[in-house]
Amino acid sequence: MDYYLSVATFAALNVVLALGLNMISGFCGQVSLGHAAFYGLGAYAAALCSVAGMPFVLSVLVGVVVAGAFGVVVGFAALRVRDDFLAIVTMGVGFLFLGVVRKQAWLGAEMGIARIPSPMGKGGYALMAIGAAIALVLLSLHVRRSWMGRAFDAVAQDEDAARTIGVDVAGYKTVAFLLGTASAGLAGAIYAHMTQLIVPDAFNFIQSITILAMVVVGGIGSTLGVVLGAVLLTVMPELFRFINDYKLLVYGALLLLVMRFSPEGFAGLYRRVTGRRLA
Amino acid sequence: MYYVELLVIGLVWGCTYALMALGLTLVYGLLRILHVAQATVFTLGAYIGLLVANRTDSLPLAFVAATLSAGLLGPLIYRLVYEPILDKPPFVALVASIGVLIGMEDGFRLIFGPYGLSFDDNPWFTATWSLGGITLNLVQIWMVAAAVVLLSAFALFAARTRAGVAWRATVSDPVIAQNFGVSVMRVRYLNFFIASALAGIGGVLVGLLNNLVEPAMGSVISYKGLAIIVLGGLGNVPGTLVASLALGVVESFGSVFLDKVLDRDAMAFLFLIVVLMVRPKGLLGGAH
Repeated sequence: MDYYLSVATFAALNVVLALGLNMISGFCGQVSLGHAAFYGLGAYAAALCSVAGMPFVLSVLVGVVVAGAFGVVVGFAALRVRDDFLAIVTMGVGFLFLGVVRKQAWLGAEMGIARIPSPMGKGGYALMAIGAAIALVLLSLHVRRSWMGRAFDAVAQDEDAARTIGVDVAGYKTVAFLLGTASAGLAGAIYAHMTQLIVPDAFNFIQSITILAMVVVGGIGSTLGVVLGAVLLTVMPELFRFINDYKLLVYGALLLLVMRFSPEGFAGLYRRVTGRRLA
Repeated sequence: MYYVELLVIGLVWGCTYALMALGLTLVYGLLRILHVAQATVFTLGAYIGLLVANRTDSLPLAFVAATLSAGLLGPLIYRLVYEPILDKPPFVALVASIGVLIGMEDGFRLIFGPYGLSFDDNPWFTATWSLGGITLNLVQIWMVAAAVVLLSAFALFAARTRAGVAWRATVSDPVIAQNFGVSVMRVRYLNFFIASALAGIGGVLVGLLNNLVEPAMGSVISYKGLAIIVLGGLGNVPGTLVASLALGVVESFGSVFLDKVLDRDAMAFLFLIVVLMVRPKGLLGGAH
């Protein structure tokens, strides 16, 4: 039972991470290769607060705020550089986060932070993560239909044209980064308390790519597609434990095959089969 | 004197980066693809070079084998992975490329084992050369020599030969080049061959330099290579060379002065982010 609960929790956390990235890359068109850094920022900030004796809810809140604040800073970078330049800058943000954390004694350096106080059992975290995932799904669906979603779309498709017709490109980009990274911070805060141990390597480049893969396999820009992608890519390695030795090989091949044969992911498949767009 | 030594070591590393980054920038210049999978080509070159060197005791033969095998893998990746998705948005090729990198890295681990292999006999590793109080081993000297010779050869090729002219024409405008009878397809294969051969040679040299060839040796250097080509202004060849050397020097000094604050790999990206915030199109501006 514990095992199923923890798989469900991780699936829910991945849904939160993937939908956050989808907000930035899918809705607003700003490719980010460093999403794990914000997951890590949330985890480290919340863990430090809890270890210092702050109440759980407050620690989680700090995690969300810290990740969101750094997200806004990176959002400012997105105002300065575009497209492939931005992709590499966000990748750099990920490496910079790891590089700094690895060298700081007060952040536990390579050993990470251990013995993070945990106020509830596995079931509590599962509920909390699933609640967060549902909230993110509702937020995503709402944003997509709202005025802001249209503005994101305009920025994604042609930001010069968007600016010409009076869309506040800088403002919307910043909001996209704020929403996306703050939700990663939430996932990080829950993760840190649930596992009670965080190490830098949990937030490395491969983790960033894993989150991106969930978005892309699900279908970038489609909320339900991304949820499906996140759940599937979490559960699949668990189902295929017997190929544990070849996990990354299969994973790499999967990314390659999806990009090669269905670059729009599950959402693209759905559209081809039913002729309708997946929300 | 200490600072001069740091500078020289930095420039040696810069030459290593240049061998990797030139290929990345060639691919980006022609097809607008961030070719992360170049790391795979680099690692393959290193493994093939090591196997041949250990089997035949001949480093020249090892370099030939590495150049050829890497030079074949690059165009193969282009044909199988990139060509079918050229008309898709750029992140599609990037994710596919990362897929190739992750999968092949695991493939190398399964075939050659996780701990890496060493050269049985690595004469350049132990032989040293002293010049004005600075001691370098022979691999480092060869690294610089290889970078200078290969990059000069490439410059000559691009400037003087018919194929070089066709290549430059295709980079600046594929449609017009095709109308003038240039085979764009052949230019692309040639482009991938040159890029990959350089990476393969770089792979063997880095293998000799560390006397270790391991599955993950290509990935960090290719991530840094991406930082370098962005610094150099994406697709800008002179910019890439300047950025490679600059990054080598920054890392060399940084690993002394910033050691307490951040690790070596993060330095490249800190440098990148700082430069891009001041010059959003890279050190020498964009070529496009």
